[in-house]
Amino acid sequence: MSDAAGVLLEVSGISVRFGALLALNKVSLAIPRGEIAAIIGPNGAGKTTLLNCISGFYQPYEGTIRFAGRDRTRLSPPDVAALGIARTFQNVALFRGMSVLDNIMTGRLLSMRGNLLLDALWWGPARRQELEHRAFVERIIDFLEIQAIRKTPAGRLPYGLQKRVELARALAAEPQLLLLDEPMAGMNVEEKEDMCRFILDVNSEFGTTIALIEHDMGVVMDISDHVIVLDYGRKIADGPPEQVHKDQAVLDAYLGVAHD
Amino acid sequence: MTEILFAVLVAPFKDMAGSPAFLVEVLFGGVAAGLMYSLVALGFVLIFKASGVFNFAQGVMVLFAALTLVGLLERGVPVLAALALTTLVMIALAFAVERLVLRPLVNQEHIILFMATIGLNFFLEGFGEMLWGSNVKRLDLGIPDRSFMVRGVQINQLELTAAITAAILVTVLAVFFQRTRIGRALRAVADDHEAALSIGIPLKTIWVVVWSVAGLVAIVAGVMWGAKSGVQFSLSLIALKALPVLILGGFESVPGAIVGGLIIGVGEKLGEVYWGPLVGGAIENWFAYVVALAFLLVRPQGLFGEKIIERV
Repeated sequence: MSDAAGVLLEVSGISVRFGALLALNKVSLAIPRGEIAAIIGPNGAGKTTLLNCISGFYQPYEGTIRFAGRDRTRLSPPDVAALGIARTFQNVALFRGMSVLDNIMTGRLLSMRGNLLLDALWWGPARRQELEHRAFVERIIDFLEIQAIRKTPAGRLPYGLQKRVELARALAAEPQLLLLDEPMAGMNVEEKEDMCRFILDVNSEFGTTIALIEHDMGVVMDISDHVIVLDYGRKIADGPPEQVHKDQAVLDAYLGVAHD
Repeated sequence: MTEILFAVLVAPFKDMAGSPAFLVEVLFGGVAAGLMYSLVALGFVLIFKASGVFNFAQGVMVLFAALTLVGLLERGVPVLAALALTTLVMIALAFAVERLVLRPLVNQEHIILFMATIGLNFFLEGFGEMLWGSNVKRLDLGIPDRSFMVRGVQINQLELTAAITAAILVTVLAVFFQRTRIGRALRAVADDHEAALSIGIPLKTIWVVVWSVAGLVAIVAGVMWGAKSGVQFSLSLIALKALPVLILGGFESVPGAIVGGLIIGVGEKLGEVYWGPLVGGAIENWFAYVVALAFLLVRPQGLFGEKIIERV
């Protein structure tokens, strides 16, 4: 894999160890700009660990991660965010005490610049800036159809909506790469359909590259351009959904193999 | 029986109405003391919000700041330069606390961080005394401890200066944390560390900022109180008065700390002056704690704290 202009994220041979457990074992993958990639695998395969490495929460002890052509293996989470990678969490991590609107506004913090004094006085450029950011956030709110709950404290929302607000906050940062950790876990069929639609729309309207972890095979086959399969910390398959679907190693990992 | 009721429920108010100038004086004293409590409580609230740590060392930080200032003044440093140097020392302390205490203990249980601040408390106490000695020192800022009369109301110049300074600082801090990006970032960090990191908020910077602000607050409290009653170990006990304020206002609320401080300050002065004689005085010493206890029974989340709803 070279630094082809088309590759946004390139992970080469990263390994992560938790004590005796090798959570990731020399995993390599490349995600081209503009695609939706799904990372799948049985429980404990290392999917979330991989996502945590990409977003800077874990540091791999070997291997490199390149983003937009630059090496960024050893960056902290805030630095990764500043590069244009946003993420959501498996167990929703919202600011529970803040309103939905404020939650999404925090996603704009990185792009807010300027003078703290002017901010405090709520004057001139600071005021204009705040209003511009507000306008952008309102667009996202419309886009994700959460107008009705803008003022509700995030902690009071039902789970499905919390996931949607978390997506909104990630989108507010205008990321180049969006990492979604099980965006549809615990949702009913209708909520899943909505979420699928949002993910596809984000991809086509904002041109955001998306990497998501998902267990629902139907969803994965429907929305992704590219599927990466992990098992026991190794990559066992990587390709278009139709191809991965028939892959023997993948079937073995999910269904088990007779050892004889 | 009616006599007792009269003495408790009517007579004090008659006294108040009888001498409004004196009432204003008492209220002023209460507000002045209350603003100080608010200031110390703010130091607690900021650190608690940003890092979930109850900073046991807040009181000793007040003492340490005052000791440093007096120490510098005694060595002939001019007042303004000494204040600037003390500020630098407190900011350096914030960096050191982040680097040496908070960073190694990140993601530990709250109780462990709390224990660490107890350690910090003893360290600062000992370190301050080692550097500057343990005898009571006089702190002279050049503001005379005299009173003047305004329309028959006696006002102490030092108290007035302290009250105005505290009021300005409290206002500036409140606005800063409500309006600025740092304020929003702080609220985010208070709610969820991981999520805050993922949207690009550098936790370490926020910690240094809040500990620096807590240090700044400690300087002002230390200087004002020290100028009144001398710089000595008992300064660190101011923190004990901030606890009821926190219970009243809610541990995570900046406006709560301000209002709570004023309620306690004014309440204890009124209680002392008008109801004190009924029970032989000294109401000032326990009033705050009794109010806090009542609040714990009725509204444990404080005046401005978020209502705790347990979902089953």
